[in-house]
Amino acid sequence: MLIKRPDDIAAAEITDESVYLGRRRLLRTLGLAGSALLVGCGQKQGNTDAKAETDSSPTLDLARKTDYANGEAQTSFKDATHYNNYYEFGTDKSDPAQNAGKFQPKPWSVEIAGHAEVTGSFTLEDILKGQSIEERVYRMRCVEGWSMVIPWAGFSLADLLKRFKPTAQAKYVAFTTVNRPAQMPGLSYAALDWPYREGLRIDEAMNPLALLATGMYGRELPNQNGAPLRLVLPWKYGFKGIKSIVKIEFVERQPRTSWNDAAANEYGFYSNVNPDVDHPRWSQKTERRIGAGGGLFAPRIETKPFNGYAEQVASLYAGMDLHQNF
Amino acid sequence: MWKPRDRAAALKPLVFLLCLAPIAWLLWRLLNNDLGADPVAELEHRSGDWALRFLLITLAMTPLRRITGWAQWIRFRRMLGLFVFFYASVHLAVYLSLDLQGLWTQIFAEIIKRPYITVGFSAWLLLLPLTITSTKGMMRRLGRNWGRLHKLIYLIGVLAVLHFYWLVKKDVREPLIYAAVLALLFALRLPWKRWLTAAKPAAAPRT
Repeated sequence: MLIKRPDDIAAAEITDESVYLGRRRLLRTLGLAGSALLVGCGQKQGNTDAKAETDSSPTLDLARKTDYANGEAQTSFKDATHYNNYYEFGTDKSDPAQNAGKFQPKPWSVEIAGHAEVTGSFTLEDILKGQSIEERVYRMRCVEGWSMVIPWAGFSLADLLKRFKPTAQAKYVAFTTVNRPAQMPGLSYAALDWPYREGLRIDEAMNPLALLATGMYGRELPNQNGAPLRLVLPWKYGFKGIKSIVKIEFVERQPRTSWNDAAANEYGFYSNVNPDVDHPRWSQKTERRIGAGGGLFAPRIETKPFNGYAEQVASLYAGMDLHQNF
Repeated sequence: MWKPRDRAAALKPLVFLLCLAPIAWLLWRLLNNDLGADPVAELEHRSGDWALRFLLITLAMTPLRRITGWAQWIRFRRMLGLFVFFYASVHLAVYLSLDLQGLWTQIFAEIIKRPYITVGFSAWLLLLPLTITSTKGMMRRLGRNWGRLHKLIYLIGVLAVLHFYWLVKKDVREPLIYAAVLALLFALRLPWKRWLTAAKPAAAPRT
């Protein structure tokens, strides 16, 4: 299959990290001056937090940087790490950042099972061996009608899956999230049938856009965003991007997935971003971009089919009725 | 020493200021850019929270009168009720102007298509006649019908809780708390005393 991707952005167009951080510093200073003028009070807590977190987590070596978001303004690190859903740490969007501190993402191992020639338990180091980590800026669209632009760091899921030599029987790939009640306070409430599960058809999993992320914003993945290993599927709603993966299984039948189990009429197995298929509660026609400037009065953005990645993924669903297979 | 009646009058401005505290706090956070990653959603949710809370507080006045024996609770009821309308209107205004940003075709589609918006919007619409008829003059003019009309607040309470319940994706614990408080406030209105005293003579006809 021929897989199309947008022309890679010239290296010169990718913002250098020092410039990027410098810009953040400038904005911070301006923001500070602004709020000081406005209310005459000191530095905001939030800024210090975000700075401390970016500066303390180890920097990643990034082999390559590619912008798949057409240079759209990136969501701030603070917003992308302090506003998200990770129900294992609580159902409020501020819960993951607040409650993920106790979580231990190291050491880590991933079980590979099912229809593949190579199976067993692999340490994170095994998984990462030979993979060069690249940065990919993707749009992320949440089913709740908000979106972000995030510079992820990771590697192609296909590259990893091929190493285990899936057999012809492997029609789907099933993923499972870690289940550690002692470190994940949200697990005490059965919001979903734990552990969290997700799945893809194997050809979807092999699409070059499917990314196994190990970091974001040039740093290691924070606990609340799915450390140490999570999936990022920019053409699907955010919840398909399963976090803190402990098991990858090659299966013959379409696997059960947590949100599909919880409410099949609201969350399909595919969950491709589709402005024409509304969620019973949220219109999917437009979205609100989080933390990329504009603030309160930032205009709503029109949601695109496959979140704007149709060119790369639409062929996967040729001949399917996407109103049925939503 | 004040008479209880005077005390209620003196407390009114204080209660009024307290009722403004949530909106003042929201505005303060707005000016300080402290509404989090999604300020529109935050404004929407917090104003909605307070509309529902004021509704429950308003509904608490009648049972409080009965329980405490202090008749003056009722004198706060209209003001509290008007704050329900105020916060519900802020909630609706944020939704229409900041969230949907006047995308009128989408607004109408949303109100009709999404049950949680349909019931939420209905609750706001039903608050309108209660707000308009909240004056003394209207009370006089409507006579006995005023009381009948204002019983709509029970329906509004149910719709508001349902609005919250249907909006939540999966974790319904918070809307269930509001539902429980509403149910309690309804239960306190039932004529328990009459039932209990009515039951007595049958139990022990002493001579």
